[in-house]
Formats: sequence, structure tokens, C-alpha cells
Amino acid sequence: MKFGVVVFPGSNCDRDMYDALKYDLGQDVSMLWHKDRDLSQFSTSDCIILPGGFSYGDYLRCGAIARFSPMMQSVIEFANAGGKVLGVCNGFQILCEAGLLPGALLRNANQQFVCKNVYIKNQQDQVFMIPVAHGEGRYYADEATLDQLEANGQIIFRYCDENGLLTADSNPNGTIRHIAGICNAKRNVFGMMPHPERACSGVLGNTDGRTIIESMLMASELAPV
Amino acid sequence: MTYTVQIKVMPLKDLLDPQGKAVMGGLQNLGLNGVSDVRVGKNITLQVEAASPDAARQIAEEASKKLLANPVMEYFEVSVN
Repeated sequence: MKFGVVVFPGSNCDRDMYDALKYDLGQDVSMLWHKDRDLSQFSTSDCIILPGGFSYGDYLRCGAIARFSPMMQSVIEFANAGGKVLGVCNGFQILCEAGLLPGALLRNANQQFVCKNVYIKNQQDQVFMIPVAHGEGRYYADEATLDQLEANGQIIFRYCDENGLLTADSNPNGTIRHIAGICNAKRNVFGMMPHPERACSGVLGNTDGRTIIESMLMASELAPV
Repeated sequence: MTYTVQIKVMPLKDLLDPQGKAVMGGLQNLGLNGVSDVRVGKNITLQVEAASPDAARQIAEEASKKLLANPVMEYFEVSVN
């Protein structure tokens, strides 16, 4: 499978993602410019990644302007055709603005930009230590949407403590139901606030992110709960 | 005709507004008591070329629904002058 990393003006985790995929995970990866539209080199078994950063300076709302860029029109078509798309941090915000994922990401409840390692757990209760770095990471959706996400097993990551418990202290931004990452109903579009690409290299002392990228994108299908 | 359209975009009433909360802290530090529930939004102005005020409003509402406000977290009000 191939990976494409979209570069928006203001993306700043695009190179980290490229490096993690290419050198730590040994994947075929290329950069995609936001003004281009061409995704013809990708098939639906490939994956497009929207990286973290501050696309378009976070003007208006995080991800609001990026959603209308030429490349995003192709990414939306690619996702609707069943191709895999992962948005990390600002990428998650863009996916919500584009309507590929439900809900929105609000300013952190504690009024702070959080930049630290946190613990998250997947649906199999495996706990990972992954860095977060965001000011607007408080996931929010109405109760009906949240219940639907729970029922369909679409909440793929929740913030927890190192033992996997959902304690108040382990929630870095006040997100509803401890949500750190979700996927769409078809399970081909994924969004998460934590940065797995920053935890892929042994030199950096943490390779939990590698497991996350491999299990999320390179497993044939994400197992429902 | 060219109309000046103002769009007020505010965080939904049920949602916590951390920015408003921080501003309220500042107002309290100024010694301005009696102020509560501060909420911060945006005021966007547009010059809209349209045949009538209603047509200008329609354009502004479409702009608001599609880009200027996100209905998951915000509501908007349009006024045409």
C-alpha cells in the first residue's frame, strides 16, 4: 500500500509523518500539495494522511479553510470511494469540517495549549503513550451522535491513565466521553488528536505510535468492538 | 446595489466558551463586579452585490451555513444594511 501526506500552508507535522512512514515503517510515501488535485496514483487500498499543524493559520476555525482547498475535494471523493484517510490533530479538525467525520473540535476546556505525553487506549483496551499538542482538541458532538458512535464502535481512542482507567485527570482537554479519536461508520476515515507519528522511532524513546499506525491503517479492516 | 451585511457568529449557548471564561477573569481582575457569563464570538462584515436586501441576506446565509459558522458549535445572525 502507498501513503500520501497532504501539505497545506501552515502544516507543520507533514515531514514528521513522512519520516515516520518512510523510515520507521518502511512504507512508500509521497507528499501531496494542497493546490493539486491529482490522486490518480492512489487506489482505495492506499491511504491519504492529513497532518497536524495550523493550516491557513487556523483562521476562522481550525480546518475551516483547508476543507475547501483543491486537494481536499479529491480527498473527499477518495474517502467516499472507500479509500483510507487519516487525519491527525489539525487533520482531524479538517475531516470534521469537511463532514467526513461527525462532530467538531472545540477550544480546550482548561484554556491552555496542551503539549505533553498522554495515555490513550484502543477498543481492545491496549494502552499507548502518545504525545498531544493542541489548543482546540475538545471533541464535541450532540448526544444522539455520541450514542451512535458508541453503538457502532466508532470511538477508536479514549484518553485514560497509564492503567487504562478513564480518570478526570487523564483527560487533557475536557473532551466529551474521553474521546481522542473516532472513525466513520464505513471505517475508512480516521481522526485523532494525539500524534502517533511523533512516537515511531526508537531513537525518540517511544514506538507506541508505530503500533497505532500499523493496526489502524495497515490491518485489512479495523475490528469492531 | 451593494449591501453591507453583518454576520454575528457565537458559540452555541449550551457549550462551554473557554475564551469567554478567560475574558471574564480579566474583567473581574479589573474590579468590575456584577459581570457574568461572558461569551466571545465573531462579527464578520461583507459587501454583497445583490438585487434586493432579501437577496443579499440569502447570499450571506448561504455563506454562513457553508463556511462562516459551524452549526455543530456555533449559531449565526445576519443583518443587512
